[in-house]
Amino acid sequence: MARSSGPVFHPGHHELHGITVVVETTGARTYVGRFDNQDEHGVHLLNVAVHDGATPSPSREEFLRRSATFGVRIEHQHVLVPDGEVVRISRLDDVGAGR
Amino acid sequence: MPYNPALVAPMREEMTTMGATELTTSAAVDAALGDPQGTMLVFVNSVCGCAAGNARPALRLALEHPVRPQQIVTVFAGQDLEATARARQYFAEYQPSSPSIALLRDGEVVHFVHRHQIEGKSPQIVAANLIAAFDRHCGATV
Repeated sequence: MARSSGPVFHPGHHELHGITVVVETTGARTYVGRFDNQDEHGVHLLNVAVHDGATPSPSREEFLRRSATFGVRIEHQHVLVPDGEVVRISRLDDVGAGR
Repeated sequence: MPYNPALVAPMREEMTTMGATELTTSAAVDAALGDPQGTMLVFVNSVCGCAAGNARPALRLALEHPVRPQQIVTVFAGQDLEATARARQYFAEYQPSSPSIALLRDGEVVHFVHRHQIEGKSPQIVAANLIAAFDRHCGATV
């Protein structure tokens, strides 16, 4: 699993705690939300928007572009993404900067 | 539920000492944003120690730049609920987050800094973002 490098935002927590991230999964879903923590169950996200690749519009790229430009449209207060489904975790700001 | 006013007083003071006008009611927000002329920066303040703790110093640094918005106003998310909700109506296409920073020119949002663009960033990096926007949109030395 990819993790960002650099200074820890909230000392004493996971290095991504409090950071808005994009979680790509093995399935069709992509999550954007604030990383809370990671435990034996998976990655816990707060204030989460979800893109389902099974839905043709908007595309995943457009979903990420909108999230980066206009902010995260919160659909769920908390989402647990099982560890086995996590492919990559990136900062939204890094993803958005490239779009 | 709002925090103890005594707890957030230093966060308010940090804004006013850099020249921001606090807007604590809907009426005050409408008076400031309702007849937009020129450039205005709206800072949505927050108690978040890490994000807002970087955003306020970032704004202070940016305001040292010779090109800057004509007006600086602030609302306090989670504290002045009505005023914050009202202010967000003026940039409603942007999802609410705090801290966040909107730069308006003649009432139109020309630049927006979300919380996710502040998280984990140094004040210098966030200030550079703001200064670039000031140069692009504010135009003249105030």
